Amino acid sequence: MIVVGGGFAGASCARALKQLDRDLAVTLVEPETAYLACPFRNAVLAGLRGIEAQTFRYDQFGDIGLIRTRAVAVDAERRRVRLEDGTDIGYVRLVLAPGVDLRFDALPGYDEAAAAIMPHAWKAGAQTLLLRDQLAAMPDGGVVILSAPANPFRCPPGPYERASLIAHYLKTSKPRSKLIILDAKDAFSKQRLFEAAWQELYPGLIEWVPLSSGGRVTEVDPATRTLVTEFGSHKADVANVIPPQRAGRIAQSAGVADQTGWCPIDPVTFESRLQPAIHVVGDAAIGGAMPKSAFSANAQAKACAAAVAALVRERQPAQPKLINTCYSLVAPGYGISIAGVYQPRDGLLAEVEGAGGTSPLEAPLSVRELEAAYAEDWFRTITSEVFG
Amino acid sequence: MTMRHSKNRRGRLALAPVLLAALAASASAWADAAPGATACTGCHGPAALGSAIPSLDGHAADDIVAQMQAFRSGERKATVMDRIARGFTEEETRAIAEWLAKPEAARHAQP
Repeated sequence: MIVVGGGFAGASCARALKQLDRDLAVTLVEPETAYLACPFRNAVLAGLRGIEAQTFRYDQFGDIGLIRTRAVAVDAERRRVRLEDGTDIGYVRLVLAPGVDLRFDALPGYDEAAAAIMPHAWKAGAQTLLLRDQLAAMPDGGVVILSAPANPFRCPPGPYERASLIAHYLKTSKPRSKLIILDAKDAFSKQRLFEAAWQELYPGLIEWVPLSSGGRVTEVDPATRTLVTEFGSHKADVANVIPPQRAGRIAQSAGVADQTGWCPIDPVTFESRLQPAIHVVGDAAIGGAMPKSAFSANAQAKACAAAVAALVRERQPAQPKLINTCYSLVAPGYGISIAGVYQPRDGLLAEVEGAGGTSPLEAPLSVRELEAAYAEDWFRTITSEVFG
Repeated sequence: MTMRHSKNRRGRLALAPVLLAALAASASAWADAAPGATACTGCHGPAALGSAIPSLDGHAADDIVAQMQAFRSGERKATVMDRIARGFTEEETRAIAEWLAKPEAARHAQP
């Protein structure tokens, strides 16, 4: 078994395969020596947390084989993965968990060079620190602009959690400043909860500009930190541009991504709809209603591992049920969540009706505090399960 | 993973019988996990973690079923478990609870 990508999905899947069957030879292909986790990265931006709390080394993987290089291509017909060093390895079944690539071809003016001036910070690491440092260097009274993409993208509530925690930083450190969200959507995850909290905690500080009011950014100019929309231009002191995304590069070269840039999968086995014996889990996969989150990635990876182990033994894989829970911090000690339960229906992962939903709109602060504590402990638990 | 394959009479790939027996013998408790059960450990970890989210280690299946029923009916107040419990039938809940009641070592991922 080969698993490509050591994030929440890939690392979970490698571990689950081994847990299912000690005799399976499982190899994880991951070029980095450590993983930088995205959940809580927005707390790093706001100066509430160090980047070391986001860093997980790959040194607790027991007898899972680790290949520390990048997988660059897949020959689906011959069932072989080509590595960056020119060698290739064969597989019985392959799990791809490449996460997302940012599309530097989707927004005129926004390429990798522009990201060094207007960070996306949508992958944890150097970009997170760059945006944090820009916020720290910004004078009081500055304008921060965050542009959010259309669906689908990694972590649907992420831009709004980020806006909240940046607003917390501005309120406490630079109170004359302002934050504008330019949005390519008219609605977003946990919207009513976020907006109620913004009104309560950050009145007048955050301005959300939806698609219908000209929120969609059509072009950027990094030299002047200008974001152009259909209704006009906005000049920022700090600009955080979250561009459209697609499945990580290996998905494109393996032929498992469709014209949308994402990977359609069978909701029972997570096997690609486009290539046999290749499974796709985590943010790169599309297959219905499940959002792209770390919790989803972990749940999908375990379900996929169970299906793969069954297929290898020529057994019928069981119909899975999956859960997602996603916490967002609106301020330190103020957490909100969205949850969902999913199962295969009509070839997609569909939400189980009557389940899931968001935290109550009206709730005492004690509930928000509890959810913030749960968010912290969920992160500790899941990273301990996934990375050891 | 390398395997010796043989074709069965219908021309499909079949695993060599000896290997199949070995696979069956090495299958762990995870192979019997009820649908949805393995998602629980993303939040509910080993007791040693000291999390505010309660560990499910050492709970009897009947207790887990009763708690899930109380979450589902609203009798027990919750932050997210009421929303999640409503996504599972009685039968599914029972199957998950039986798996969660297995010894801790069989449930938490270990490399």
